[in-house]
Amino acid sequence: MSWRKSTFLLPGVIATLGLVGLFAALLGDGWWDVLAWFGLGLPAVLGIWPLLRRRTAEPAQIRQP
Amino acid sequence: MQSKTIRRWSFVHTWTSLICTLFLLLLAVTGLPLIFHHELEHLLGEAPELREMAPDTPHLDLQQLVAAAERHRDGEVVQYFGWEADEPNGVVAITAATAGTEPNSSYTFMLDARTGEAVEMPAANGGLMMFFLRMHVDMFAGLPGKLLLAFMGILFIVAIISGVVLYAPFMRRLEFAQVRQGRSTRTRWLDLHNLIGVVTLSWALVVGITGVISACADLVIEAWRADSLASMLAPYRDAPPLTTRAPASELLEIAALAAPGMQPDFIAFPGTRFSSEHHYTVFMNGSSHLTSHLFTPVLIDAQTLEVTAVGERPWYMDALGLSQPLHFGDYGGRPMQILWAILDVLTIIVLGSGLYLWWVRRRGTASAGREATA
Repeated sequence: MSWRKSTFLLPGVIATLGLVGLFAALLGDGWWDVLAWFGLGLPAVLGIWPLLRRRTAEPAQIRQP
Repeated sequence: MQSKTIRRWSFVHTWTSLICTLFLLLLAVTGLPLIFHHELEHLLGEAPELREMAPDTPHLDLQQLVAAAERHRDGEVVQYFGWEADEPNGVVAITAATAGTEPNSSYTFMLDARTGEAVEMPAANGGLMMFFLRMHVDMFAGLPGKLLLAFMGILFIVAIISGVVLYAPFMRRLEFAQVRQGRSTRTRWLDLHNLIGVVTLSWALVVGITGVISACADLVIEAWRADSLASMLAPYRDAPPLTTRAPASELLEIAALAAPGMQPDFIAFPGTRFSSEHHYTVFMNGSSHLTSHLFTPVLIDAQTLEVTAVGERPWYMDALGLSQPLHFGDYGGRPMQILWAILDVLTIIVLGSGLYLWWVRRRGTASAGREATA
């Protein structure tokens, strides 16, 4: 999955969609708003999703008695 | 990237962030309720409610509303009349002891355009939402407060840019959105800081830049007065002070003829910051989506009611006009407000995790130093 390995490919796409979204809603209602919700929704989801994931890869730390 | 280059960028990122973080946290926390100020004012019962009347009840003329406003605020004069899209029967009136009184000493209320009845707007004059607004805008410190926050905004922008530069060396061995959940708390938060920081990049940059522009609004307006307004007022340079004023009744009709196809947003009365000593100035918005955020002033002689100038729109006033929606997030419906709030909270998390990462690394080097010298 080299598209995920490239450092700036996906961040660049997300940033561009974000900018398109931010300015789209200035130009009209309806589909323009939908474009904005998509462009800003993507970073919102990508930001929340890793925070909600539970730490499963490692067993919980064993507390010393 | 050479390690020396990384160290330099790291220094820039660390210090620009550290200096602005506390202020940015203040802005992000106070900004959160402001995104929903309209809804919260309704909830708190602080939004003006006009009485129910037959749907096509005629409006009073503007001079009758001026009289009503000055009856309601004895001894004060009208500075501004403004219109709000969601209350077509209301006129927002701002009054003060004199036309030139500074905005924070003015009084804001709504007039029922059909009856002249005054309806209070408590949220515009004090209370919790006003407290959040003042903390967000100037920390109750006037122009110095605004300029300090503008400077903090510039540091925030530099921190974002240096953060993007540093993103490359940190992510060399990692895939996009890879968070090492199983490793130490510090590693996990480093990955989260990088991921959340980079995905919210566009939004944070746009809100940061438009915030800086808005924080400099006073300077931009002064520039407009000295440049654009002054040139429109050239014929009035030696005019004697205004003694009698023609009634305001027909101002909207006069402005509509001078700027066809536009909508009035507010009227600045003679002597206020947005007008001259000799004019009523009607600020008109364009009718397209984009131009509805831009302002064209129509200067109407306050004695003869003649239109003496229709202002140009200098680029810096357009920048200020467009900065408002792009900073407030109020231009794409309820979903956009919610996304604005989520991105605001994510920014708080980036700020907090950045502070945490700096703290543990600093403590780490301190204890490593102690071990080395022990």
